Amino acid sequence: MSTAAPVEVQAAAAEDAGLAAIFRGRWEAFKGGDVGSLPVVVGIVAITLFFYFKQSIFVSSVNFTNLIGQMAGVTVIAVGVVFVLLIGEIDLSIGFVSGIAGVVVAELQLPGSGHQWPGLVAIACAIAAGAAIGALQGSIVAIVGVPSFVVTLAGLLIWQGVILKDLGTQGVIGIQDKQINDVANYVLTKNWGWAVAIVFTAGLAAAILGTWLSRRRAGLPTGNPILTVARIVFYGGLAFAAVHVCNHARGVPLVGLIILFVVVLGAYVAGRTTFGRHVYAVGGNAEAARRAGINVKLIRILVFMISGGMAGLGGVILASRLNSVDLTAGGGTLLLDSISAAVIGGVSLFGGRGRVSGALFGGLIIGMVSNGIDLVGYTDAVKFITTGLILLAAVTLDTVARRRQAAAGR
Amino acid sequence: MNATSPPTLELRDVSKSFGSVEALREVDFEVRDGEVMALVGDNGAGKSTLIKCVAGIYSIDSGQVFFEGNPVTIHGPKDAAKLGIEVVYQDLALCDNLDVVQNMYLGREEHDPIFRLREAPMEQRTTDTLKSLSVTTIRSVRQPVATLSGGQRQSVAVARAVMWNNRVVFLDEPTAALGVAQTHQVLELVKRLGEQGLAVVIVSHNLNDVFEVANRITVLRLGRNVGVYEREKTNQQEIVQAITAGTPAAAEAEVVA
Repeated sequence: MSTAAPVEVQAAAAEDAGLAAIFRGRWEAFKGGDVGSLPVVVGIVAITLFFYFKQSIFVSSVNFTNLIGQMAGVTVIAVGVVFVLLIGEIDLSIGFVSGIAGVVVAELQLPGSGHQWPGLVAIACAIAAGAAIGALQGSIVAIVGVPSFVVTLAGLLIWQGVILKDLGTQGVIGIQDKQINDVANYVLTKNWGWAVAIVFTAGLAAAILGTWLSRRRAGLPTGNPILTVARIVFYGGLAFAAVHVCNHARGVPLVGLIILFVVVLGAYVAGRTTFGRHVYAVGGNAEAARRAGINVKLIRILVFMISGGMAGLGGVILASRLNSVDLTAGGGTLLLDSISAAVIGGVSLFGGRGRVSGALFGGLIIGMVSNGIDLVGYTDAVKFITTGLILLAAVTLDTVARRRQAAAGR
Repeated sequence: MNATSPPTLELRDVSKSFGSVEALREVDFEVRDGEVMALVGDNGAGKSTLIKCVAGIYSIDSGQVFFEGNPVTIHGPKDAAKLGIEVVYQDLALCDNLDVVQNMYLGREEHDPIFRLREAPMEQRTTDTLKSLSVTTIRSVRQPVATLSGGQRQSVAVARAVMWNNRVVFLDEPTAALGVAQTHQVLELVKRLGEQGLAVVIVSHNLNDVFEVANRITVLRLGRNVGVYEREKTNQQEIVQAITAGTPAAAEAEVVA
């Protein structure tokens, strides 16, 4: 029996290397319920084609840069939502926590108020305020054991109340600070845009090649070299294409760089660090994680801090975009759009499954639908119905995928 | 197995209550290097509670725990792991969404100073460990545990317990969900662990399994000791009687000792 092992291992390694075998394996996994990123790609292509035929300006460099600005707030908040969903919890307070961050940043920069702080300091304080709120709510969830749904529902009401109380008399605070307004409105020069694409592609290549080298040194199967190179070329190509399109209009918006940074950092933390591994473990089987010596309470609190901090950054972006905060800050469809973005991006509501990049794709889809419907001139009614249907389709897909995986004995 | 040196793990007068329910009442227990100790008893006898106390999931109310003759306190799973005590639970405590490597290293991931995971060495050692235990049916150590069969999952859980060069391994009902062939494989694995010098504790309802692998048998009943039996000097009827009725003679012998 022990003599058979090396033969089998070799056979598996040889089998993994061929392109045809890889595609066959992917197809088997697909039939078993692991649909991967296919629905998202199909969705993006279908939405693009639909709006292009309705209103051709949808596919234009100007509209593309607009889209980046429109999707930024939701996408950044959705990155935090991904972490919360990964541990199998929910955060309903993110909408108004982002509103609180907007109020904080606007109050701190207020000229003539005796505390006219520099923009960057005000932004840091706003994000810290969001993270502190997240830590507070997370502590109640993790230590006291109150369900996160209830804690954050209470948070939703409380923080909305705080916003109304603070802005009650004047109703709106204008933002004149340049640094804060630059967050959503500054545009990189063309050369800086190219530099971003180069740095992104180089970083991606370094990460992928680093993995490849360490696996090769350890004598492990390294996968197909063609596919490895193809991945770098594909994602690097997307980055260069995006910069190229943006540079045809005004250039790459700074906020696009912020999205990229947050998503890459989030994906790195979730996928390549011990903390990220423990987040997935808590979402998959909290009891197993606890027995393995993982501090489950701490992980839960930190995840809610991330959620609050991301909501804070999202709130700053949204306030910067409007150059003001008013009584509606953090309200409307912001909360549901952010959660929808994470779910549409393939993050399971049941915990433990999904990627941070899902927030980017989900945010993109929601942003595209909203942007396209506005361009074509449909009403908000159509926008809500469409977004709702896409959300329903995404959750249905997730549920069916889970059932198929269970049924396949997998 | 050396009877004169202190036991690898020893519990003396350990009690544990949950509210008014006394799960363990002044229980003694020991296991030595190189032996397979069976822990048997009816439902509610306190087997699982004892395991969880040793593993640091529960803290004991009173009594003492000794490791190689030295008194120790176990406040959490990390303390137990530091001593080299590993438990394979009945429910295996695996994360279905994580792959084999990730489960093997759960809670003790290898990482560099800035907490970046070092995947390659982890995958390498996982592969080597599975190979050394003759676990050949797992196609890829990078497939999620959810895709494995019951026997494969058990193998992963046992492999995780032995990969860390542990001194004491607890196996809670390792054969409960397995077929005949897989049961045989797991029991062979248990024997091999004992032969390698580990102190192995197997909890089981199945006395056939117990008599196949165990050197000694500790019987608990309603949270109390009934006695410790050498496999060579006892038989299944005596154990069944001890489990169901308890034997006053054995209980007295324990008090004297």
